Amino acid sequence: MFALLVLKNAFRHKLRTLLTILGIVVAITAFGLLRTIVEAWYAGVDATSSTRLVTRNAVSLVFPLPLTYAQRMRRVDGVGAVSWANWFGGVYITERNFFPQFAIDTGYLDMYPEFVLKPDERRAWELDRSGAIAGRKLADRYGWKVGDQIPIRGTIFSGTWTFNLRAIYDGVDAKTDETQFFFHWDLLNETIKQRFPGRGNQVGFYLVEIRDPSRAAEISQAIDATFRNSLAETLTETEKAFQLGFVSMTEAILLAIQAVSYVVIVIIMAVMANTMAMTARERYSEYATLKALGFSQAYVAALVVAESVAIALTGATLAVAATFPLARVFGAAMGTLFPVFNVSTQTVAMQWLAALVVGLVAALVPAWRASRIRIVDGLRAVA
Amino acid sequence: MTAHDDDRDGAGIPLVSIRGLNKEYVRGDQVIPVLVNIDLDVAAGDYIALMGPSGSGKSTLLNLIAGIDKPTGGEIRVAGVDIAQLSDSELAAWRAANVGFIFQFYNLMPVLTAFQNVELPLQLTTLSRRDRHERVATALALVGLSDRSDHFPNELSGGQQQRVAIARALITDPTLIVADEPTGDLDRVTGEEILGLLDRLNRELGKTIVMVTHDPKAAGKAHRMVHLEKGVLVDA
Repeated sequence: MFALLVLKNAFRHKLRTLLTILGIVVAITAFGLLRTIVEAWYAGVDATSSTRLVTRNAVSLVFPLPLTYAQRMRRVDGVGAVSWANWFGGVYITERNFFPQFAIDTGYLDMYPEFVLKPDERRAWELDRSGAIAGRKLADRYGWKVGDQIPIRGTIFSGTWTFNLRAIYDGVDAKTDETQFFFHWDLLNETIKQRFPGRGNQVGFYLVEIRDPSRAAEISQAIDATFRNSLAETLTETEKAFQLGFVSMTEAILLAIQAVSYVVIVIIMAVMANTMAMTARERYSEYATLKALGFSQAYVAALVVAESVAIALTGATLAVAATFPLARVFGAAMGTLFPVFNVSTQTVAMQWLAALVVGLVAALVPAWRASRIRIVDGLRAVA
Repeated sequence: MTAHDDDRDGAGIPLVSIRGLNKEYVRGDQVIPVLVNIDLDVAAGDYIALMGPSGSGKSTLLNLIAGIDKPTGGEIRVAGVDIAQLSDSELAAWRAANVGFIFQFYNLMPVLTAFQNVELPLQLTTLSRRDRHERVATALALVGLSDRSDHFPNELSGGQQQRVAIARALITDPTLIVADEPTGDLDRVTGEEILGLLDRLNRELGKTIVMVTHDPKAAGKAHRMVHLEKGVLVDA
């Protein structure tokens, strides 16, 4: 009977309830999408490995490091492997087609087991000096197939560079970035040497694989100590810290997005509280009747709270269902700006939790008032 | 003269025994006496009508007897229990077991059918679903609404709604039935039917009824009338 009363009361004023549910759907969906945007921003951080360190020029990432550092870094205690890469920063057809391009050392991919390549395709790439590798999402976006020629106009390294797509990698899981583009560092280095003598044998950053993640700080210090007082001092940090450095540049925006996501919840909470206050006020005589019949204050309060929570969770169910397709559309519209744009389990849980909190908080005052109403006053509301 | 002096035949311990009952409302600095030193006895199986002009305190007295309001002073014993001393939760449990309510405006739950409205007080009992349904069917048959059990209140006439309310008041087999202007919202013919039904409850089922009414005809159905004026019992 309790559940029956709750459900029937919840949909007694259909238009009011449906509009309230609509408001909750919009708010909870917006909350979910905003949280997904924030998570997408941190996707690079989440995808990092504790066994990888990044070494860059201590002055700035813009300044390169000598290739000769690789051998010395390999000699540092605890270092397993060293590879390197350069940011290419080219344009594919138009500036709008942004995606990350890296000139990489052959061993670079060995440090990224999350990039899954077919062995024959990888072999084909290794054998082709102009060969390139693209992530699955990137290839799908531009309709690339293995064997296609990809022209990229250099912005840092001038001229049009034409690559042969030799391999397409898949991410090991949904969190893996599938929008990157790799080609041989040797090709870049040789071209630079030809065009700009004296600028060759420079790398953008080193990737260092360590055997024991608990020694990351110690090894980082050891690497940096190796190059102290040299012309290009280094700054070594975990891959996570390196990625966080990028995210921190946009921290204010992220904070604003997070704030907006919570403001949306507060607004719908106020709307919901108003709805429940109106609802409870209209039913004082019914609550008084229930109390006269012997139902407890707690029962009356529970009726109000359960109705509020039922409406909020109905809205949340629809909102969660709407979030996934909307996120897909949004993610596609954003292209490669967000390499990973997935609605996480945590976000869905947060959506449910937000709806539950909205339902509970909105019902607090009306439930308290309904339960405390004097029976004679409540009955007089009709009489 | 107080009403208990006129207790019917002085037969045994009265079901309701009121002594020195006072009720005051405080409005700002003002203390407004609503009931003043009321003594009243109602015997088991009695059917009394509380009468008086508006503001005389008759509904307040009914509310106090029914345990939905608390007195400022005095004693109200119902079946030996001084209900003025019970806490809110004890009083709620007491009402569920001992009092059946009939209101002027029926006070049915609009979202529940007639059947579900009658079943509502049984939710507070330990009866099985089957037993509850049997009881509800019997109560609805008693008030002549077996064929309307699936109807919602807004699909029933005023008289039918009041019959549902009477069935709801009866369903827990309470010691006492209190009725506040039970015919106040009904036309004359329907009102007569409802009064006839209350009369049957009293005669055939032996229910003790305390009814508030303005209507002398309705009061005439009761075994005796108790008049209040400005919070004081003037005769019985």
